[in-house]
Amino acid sequence: MPLTSKKPPLPSEDKRWRIVNGTMRRHGYARDALIETLHTVQESFGFLDKVALRFVADSLRVPLSQAYGVATFYHFFTMKPPGEHVCLICMGTACYIKGAGALLNEAQAALGIQAGETTADAKASLMTARCIGSCSVAPAVVFDGETMGNVAGKNLREKLAGWRPA
Amino acid sequence: MTFEELEQIAAETRENREKSPRELNVCVAAGCLSLHSDAVKKSLEEEVKRTGATCRVRGTGCMGLCSLGPLVASEPSGQLYKSVAAADAAEIVKNLEGAPVPRLLCSREQPFFQRQNLIVLENSGRIDPEKIEEYIAADGYRALVHALTEVNPNEIVQEVSKSGLRGRGGAGYPTGLKWGTVSKTAGTTKYVICNADEGDPGAFMDRSVLESDPHRVLEGMAIAAYAVGATRGYIYVRAEYPLAVKRFGTAIREARRLGFLGSQICNTKFNFDMEVRIGGGAFVCGEETALIASIEGRRGAPRPRPPYPAQAGLWDMPTLINNVETFANIPSIVRRGGDWYASIGTKKSKGTKVFALTGKVRNVGLIEVPMGTTLRQIIYEIGGGGPEGHKFKAVQTGGPSGGCIPEQFLDLSVDYESLRELGSIMGSGGMIVMDDSACMVNVAHYFMEFCMSESCGKCIPCRSGTAQMFELLTRMTLGTATARDLELLEELCDMVSSTSLCGLGQSAPNPVLSTLRYFRDEYIEHINEKRCRAGVCECGSTVGVTA
Amino acid sequence: MNPAPSVKTLMIDGKDVSARADQSILDAARENAIPIPTLCHLDGLSEAGACRLCLVELKGTPRLQPACVTLVEEGMEVTTQSPRLEKYRRMVVELLFAERNHVCSVCVSNNMCELQDMAKQLGVTHVRFPYRYPRLPVDTTHERFTMDHNRCILCTRCVRVCTEIEGAHTWGVFGRGVDAHLITDLDIPWGTSDTCTSCGKCVQVCPTGALFEKSKVGMQSQKNPDFLNYLNEMREIER
Repeated sequence: MPLTSKKPPLPSEDKRWRIVNGTMRRHGYARDALIETLHTVQESFGFLDKVALRFVADSLRVPLSQAYGVATFYHFFTMKPPGEHVCLICMGTACYIKGAGALLNEAQAALGIQAGETTADAKASLMTARCIGSCSVAPAVVFDGETMGNVAGKNLREKLAGWRPA
Repeated sequence: MTFEELEQIAAETRENREKSPRELNVCVAAGCLSLHSDAVKKSLEEEVKRTGATCRVRGTGCMGLCSLGPLVASEPSGQLYKSVAAADAAEIVKNLEGAPVPRLLCSREQPFFQRQNLIVLENSGRIDPEKIEEYIAADGYRALVHALTEVNPNEIVQEVSKSGLRGRGGAGYPTGLKWGTVSKTAGTTKYVICNADEGDPGAFMDRSVLESDPHRVLEGMAIAAYAVGATRGYIYVRAEYPLAVKRFGTAIREARRLGFLGSQICNTKFNFDMEVRIGGGAFVCGEETALIASIEGRRGAPRPRPPYPAQAGLWDMPTLINNVETFANIPSIVRRGGDWYASIGTKKSKGTKVFALTGKVRNVGLIEVPMGTTLRQIIYEIGGGGPEGHKFKAVQTGGPSGGCIPEQFLDLSVDYESLRELGSIMGSGGMIVMDDSACMVNVAHYFMEFCMSESCGKCIPCRSGTAQMFELLTRMTLGTATARDLELLEELCDMVSSTSLCGLGQSAPNPVLSTLRYFRDEYIEHINEKRCRAGVCECGSTVGVTA
Repeated sequence: MNPAPSVKTLMIDGKDVSARADQSILDAARENAIPIPTLCHLDGLSEAGACRLCLVELKGTPRLQPACVTLVEEGMEVTTQSPRLEKYRRMVVELLFAERNHVCSVCVSNNMCELQDMAKQLGVTHVRFPYRYPRLPVDTTHERFTMDHNRCILCTRCVRVCTEIEGAHTWGVFGRGVDAHLITDLDIPWGTSDTCTSCGKCVQVCPTGALFEKSKVGMQSQKNPDFLNYLNEMREIER
């Protein structure tokens, strides 16, 4: 059975599990640390998988169904490994009004994938955000964590082309 | 901490600044950062070092006029430079003492700055958000020390009630009343929660306040905790705001260091500490009961109210939830008095409101105006009107829970009641200006897609009703809808708003209802003529293809 | 001090009734033979307040209130039937039918389904909304039971009975919005779950043909959630 009073062993030798364990320890292995811990898993590994969810759920004594329910409820969490580069297009109202929809179409065409997908060569992922709060420089796009404001189709194409040299 | 100690820190900080008064303040809040103000700051620092000029280069919070960023303020002259590039550093540093650089000059005399009345944003762009001493030098934490050492909790609640402050998260519930309820409810442990899950697309007020002046929010929360008898606080911040999370985390550590958080604060019996909780990208968590579920580590699904969080909130304990801007008003109210605050604004809506003014308007940025300012003043005087060659069409307030207000109501004063009468809401403060390049059916479709995918899925009207409304609106944008579809859409709007469990579903039809109310002819054109006058929808081209 | 809860008097559909202060409007109405439709409510489980069928009008309150979670109050005037309420209730049923693939004629629960009964009772003869026809799986991996997602209305009775009564926590909800669906453990095939005790309580509380016993067909597949009250009473006595 998955739940025992004993803490489960780390899933592997990977040092990143100790970081995950650290977050749980800091919260006294309380059940309400689930979301905080999942954030740590995603920061450390880039995504959540079933090994991680089982480890976290067992450590915090959260039922597996609840852990999975939480992980899939919050769209910030992803169950798929991201590409080497991530292009995140803000679809907030201000960006939308200023042409974010066209940017998304350009990016989809340039990468040959839909939003939420990763290219077959695992070089690039394309994501959309509800609003990143950079409305003043709409339309905004985040390339590998760095926000670029007033993005035109040209900037976008150049940036994406740089990630995947032909 | 006593008043004397506080004054000493303030004096030392001011003295240090006066010793070498020259400084260049670079905005490093989100807007300017995405225009690479960090590179500008670095370049200025290098230039100062290279030339040996006596000048401090500081990173500060938002200066408001984000569309002209990166902004740099030169002190003590007060000159503001706009659209500064890293390459401009040499020229700026060279001209520190003499005449300013005319090419980059941005006048502070323009209506964008003159029309505003800063309370929440008074320190934004003026202090270094990562240094608690600078907040103290700007009268920070005086309100908390006053509250703890000179008045009792009930007097604080009275003062907040007197101020007339209403919840800035959108619904406008009287803050003093909420505090009174929590303070009167018995409970072994009580909690204070700051809702910083600013989910409205097109709104960035809370983000800016947290990035520019985090201690103001922290102080407001601590005062609230004292007033209602809480010992523990949480601030629930969106994961999309990493800088805000970082700065608030720094603020908490700094406040602990100086004893504004912890046990026996200011040598009184008051104990209070708090932690940051990071959201997971769910708009519905802006709803109080969903936010509480999320802090408890569960799915963010709302539950029926009553009981209200004031009676049974976090872990079923009495819980006070206010949003960032509400807490940010508290230190000023406690310091200057409820009467002072109540003297600003309209009869029923007191004080100021921060808006994120964006969209098709020249001056995009963050503004703070007294309640009762008209939409026309905001859009045309402060915002400078729309770009050339386009005609104003509507202003959207309240995000996915709000509506679109057309030109004929621009002279209406902005307050909770007037916006509601127009079929919109105050919301958290997003204000998106749209011109004739926007299609109102498309805008309604955009917001319905938002509500559909943000619905938690618990109650049927919201889960399934928003999906149906989205489908009907999709047909309209594609030119395949019939008059019958419009009837069904209106029926669904009524049903979903009347029967949904929480505010998300209850207000999800608002963008449709308000555009139907003022722009019905655009819907009719999409249905009858398969025509989109703004040229946004592809309804004409698909006739006969998909039908 | 007498710890007995106080008694409130209120009016439901013009009839004077009395109820304990800790009773919901739904309880009070049913005790007095006043029917209020429900789907997510089940005696013996916690309330979800999710189906919105039990919404009633309260005099002096602008918003409709769910009878299942609203406690009675002194002097309350409740209306459980009105053209407006009936219209909304019919629409709730329509929305459910359009949401997934409810084809009564080929459903194991035909004529024994609470959704079907509700449609009949409310006079829903056809659905005006576009059917969504989502492609949904049927999980037949459990040796005794089947989960057909096409028939699920997300009332979460199974989740609640599994959590609150059986204590196994096998069932959960995946995702959100219209894409939400039920899962067992980490979204694994039901038959491979090591938390499921195969007690079958979830099957008995399911109002539709989403959860059913493989071996039972026709009238045999009638569900019986009465065990809930018995279990709760016995627990109360043991305490």
